[in-house]
Amino acid sequence: MMAWINVVSLICIPLFVLVVLLIGTYKKLPTFDLFVEGGKEGLSMAASLLPYLLGMFVAISIFRSSGALDATISLFHPLLAFLRIPSEIIPLAFARPISGTAALAVTSDLLKTFGPDSFIGRLASTMQGSTDTTFYIITIYFGAVGIKQMGDALKVGLLADLIGIITAIIVVSFFFG
Amino acid sequence: MVHLIWASLACIGIIYALFNGTITDVNEAIFTSGNEAVQIVIGLTSILIFWLGLMRVAEEAKVLKALNKLFRPLFTRLFPELPSEHRAIGYITSNFIANLFGLGNAATPLGIKAMKEMQRLSDGNQATRSMVTFLVINTTSLTFIPTTVIALRIQYGSAAPTEIVFPTFIASCISIISALIIDRLYYFKREKRKK
Repeated sequence: MMAWINVVSLICIPLFVLVVLLIGTYKKLPTFDLFVEGGKEGLSMAASLLPYLLGMFVAISIFRSSGALDATISLFHPLLAFLRIPSEIIPLAFARPISGTAALAVTSDLLKTFGPDSFIGRLASTMQGSTDTTFYIITIYFGAVGIKQMGDALKVGLLADLIGIITAIIVVSFFFG
Repeated sequence: MVHLIWASLACIGIIYALFNGTITDVNEAIFTSGNEAVQIVIGLTSILIFWLGLMRVAEEAKVLKALNKLFRPLFTRLFPELPSEHRAIGYITSNFIANLFGLGNAATPLGIKAMKEMQRLSDGNQATRSMVTFLVINTTSLTFIPTTVIALRIQYGSAAPTEIVFPTFIASCISIISALIIDRLYYFKREKRKK
């Protein structure tokens, strides 16, 4: 299984590059000119992205480093305990939608402390894999096209995260419980 | 909405730090996190240039169109606002496929392109229905291969690093379906309010 996954994930990108360039050449397209043209677009995109990302990063890290994040988590502690959500997982549940790097740090810390094959370890792995950093995605995708009014996007995204976390707990309990 | 969240994250953090005595940490965070953001964008820049360059070739070579055909029935149903022949559907499909194979780096530029195409259709700075749906699909991150997690599990000496692949896939499936339902419910709520 692992070998198969390794092969697929290794071969996927080079294979795609190969197919695109072969077809492009076969159709007698100016492949390199097209590449450069598209690449320039990528450069300006990255430049316009920076202020959005930086602003969000600074605000989140102020919130985290002040200890306010931990305080918020402990505030929700009784409710989560009531819902039988293991408290060790709470920091991950809160960090996951806000910061990808923070979530990865929390997951890696949980795997180190409890072991990757423990219930907490499996749950953390599944949660990390089955949800994404909603704030980051919203910031990048809406920032890149200059969307000011995002409508219900954030609400729906965060609700989806909540569902993802609850689903992960149920599924892991079912498979490994 | 984003203004409120952004400002309150920073303000609550600073006020809390004043009472909690963590103001030195906050001071440090302001500068180090800015630096972190720049590092991330630098990392992202090379990927953006490479993928958008390659996607330009793929587009001209009509590779996207072929992928498009495969998934069109699914995505035209999910995005009823978009014309089924439109390029946006092609980018949405490629973004979805990249995510499915755990190629997050490849997925981001494609997602941005999809957003740009959707915006061109709407001509405004307001999030359209399709944009919200697209965002929801991305935040639930349906994937066959959660690469980072597997790498982490190997690093910490798991006996079966890939045992979480199937549960992760099931969990993603359930959450993507429920998220799409929530998305629809919110859409109908908006429509009702308009009338």
